[in-house]
Amino acid sequence: MARTALTFTLNDAEAAVFVDPGANLIDVLRRGVGDLSPKQGCAQGSCGACTVLIDGVPHLACLTLAETVEGRRVETSGGLADGPDLHPLQKAFMEGFAAQCGFCTAGMLMAARALLDRVPNPSREEVIEAISGNLCRCTGYEPIVDAILAAAQEMQGNRRMMR
Amino acid sequence: MAIHKGRGFAAINYPIGMNLGGDPAQALVHSTPDGKFMVALSAIDLGQGMKSVTRQIAAETIGVPVEDVYVDTADSDTGPHDMGSFASRGTHRVGNAVIRAAAEARKQLLEAAAEELEVNASDLDTDGRGNIHVKGAPGRSITVMETSQAAQFKQGRTLAGRGIFLIPLSGTDPDTGEMTPVSCFAHAALVIDLEVDDETGEVEVTQINSAYEVGRALNPRLVEQQLIGGAWMGVSHALYETTEPYYPDRSHGPVDFNHYVMPGPGQIVPHHIAVLERPAEDAPFGGKGPGEMCANPVLPAVANAVYNAVGVRCDTLPITPEKILRGLRANGGARPQGRR
Ligand code: FES
Ligand code: FES
Repeated sequence: MARTALTFTLNDAEAAVFVDPGANLIDVLRRGVGDLSPKQGCAQGSCGACTVLIDGVPHLACLTLAETVEGRRVETSGGLADGPDLHPLQKAFMEGFAAQCGFCTAGMLMAARALLDRVPNPSREEVIEAISGNLCRCTGYEPIVDAILAAAQEMQGNRRMMR
Repeated sequence: MAIHKGRGFAAINYPIGMNLGGDPAQALVHSTPDGKFMVALSAIDLGQGMKSVTRQIAAETIGVPVEDVYVDTADSDTGPHDMGSFASRGTHRVGNAVIRAAAEARKQLLEAAAEELEVNASDLDTDGRGNIHVKGAPGRSITVMETSQAAQFKQGRTLAGRGIFLIPLSGTDPDTGEMTPVSCFAHAALVIDLEVDDETGEVEVTQINSAYEVGRALNPRLVEQQLIGGAWMGVSHALYETTEPYYPDRSHGPVDFNHYVMPGPGQIVPHHIAVLERPAEDAPFGGKGPGEMCANPVLPAVANAVYNAVGVRCDTLPITPEKILRGLRANGGARPQGRR
């Protein structure tokens, strides 16, 4: 089978990799370019653990044909932190004890990130809707919803300070 | 057709660790040349926080800052033997093994420091901030890092400890049947408020109030996190989760997460928790661990609340709308049991 050369932006860096026809994005991210931050929970589009952003919009990487991201911008939770400085969402998850086993966390963070990019000051209902495609077995969801709301507040505060 | 409110109560005495004992846990502790301590375990942290708690226990016992302790639970091939993370045994069994291993490492740490300071080890104490000093003379001190380096590069000794905790397997007295099933119990009581729709059979849990007695809460935030997440799982087991088909034909059974029903973020139930601390004598720093009983009492409390609401007694799980509707039909309608 002929492999295809694929180039895309991964968390602001160029990524280039050869992919098999029909390869899905989660495999290419994890095995092809070695970004282990997105997780594969179900491999069939029902758990949300593999959520990544493609051109800023959340997608399930397990259901995305890798070749469709040619030339596009892919973001994973591995790119959230700025060097040693965690993203406000990561900090809020940590401080709010919003992760236990952590398997859902990468997907939750990216779903939340997409929401806050779109709606900087979301209501509780909007947060719930944004993560309703992401399953969590451990936390009971409440700490996650609270953490996303806390991060939104924190980011609003930062924005105000920068003005 | 109406919505009926119901309230249900359940209490639990939860035995910590394997019933009848016989479940050893081991821990190994050693120092590294930069004055940190490694704890090697084979018990696995599945997200309950066992790594955090054993880290706290080791740091407290050795007398060093918690940042200077690392816990490695990586590999059951190469690590010391452990029965595993189940039966709410992590904090109690593994924590006790860690205390023993850490106490031996502390003894060796103080002996090595005594040699450097030319004093008796029994005259030394740690300050919990990375220093070892002569009791009553804080000026005469040496850092843990210096001690660790002296031990390894000058004195040629290890600062290490081995720990095992075993509650021996309890036998049964052939005459009386007497045995010792468990050494340490945790306790909880829980009240569920819910609503049952007698037209659809749907149940909505509206509130959980609980009191948990888990010994000393070694890490209160982790305890709370466990109790909240566990109660969610309890509601999920009580009302939704099953691998059995809801209808007679097996092909109707769940094949993936789209059919295996669980409550989502839109069905969060407010949960008010009171954590009561009664440190247990044989538990590490008194901590028993919340473990499985985060979820257990939720199930009978939900069943009791459904009965209280509409008079239908469901004795199989999950309590589906179908079972409630069949019960209502058999009873000739809802029979609210009255406010409790
Ligand atoms: S792994 Fe993609 S949705 Fe579960
Ligand atoms: S933290 Fe375990 S699945 Fe969410």
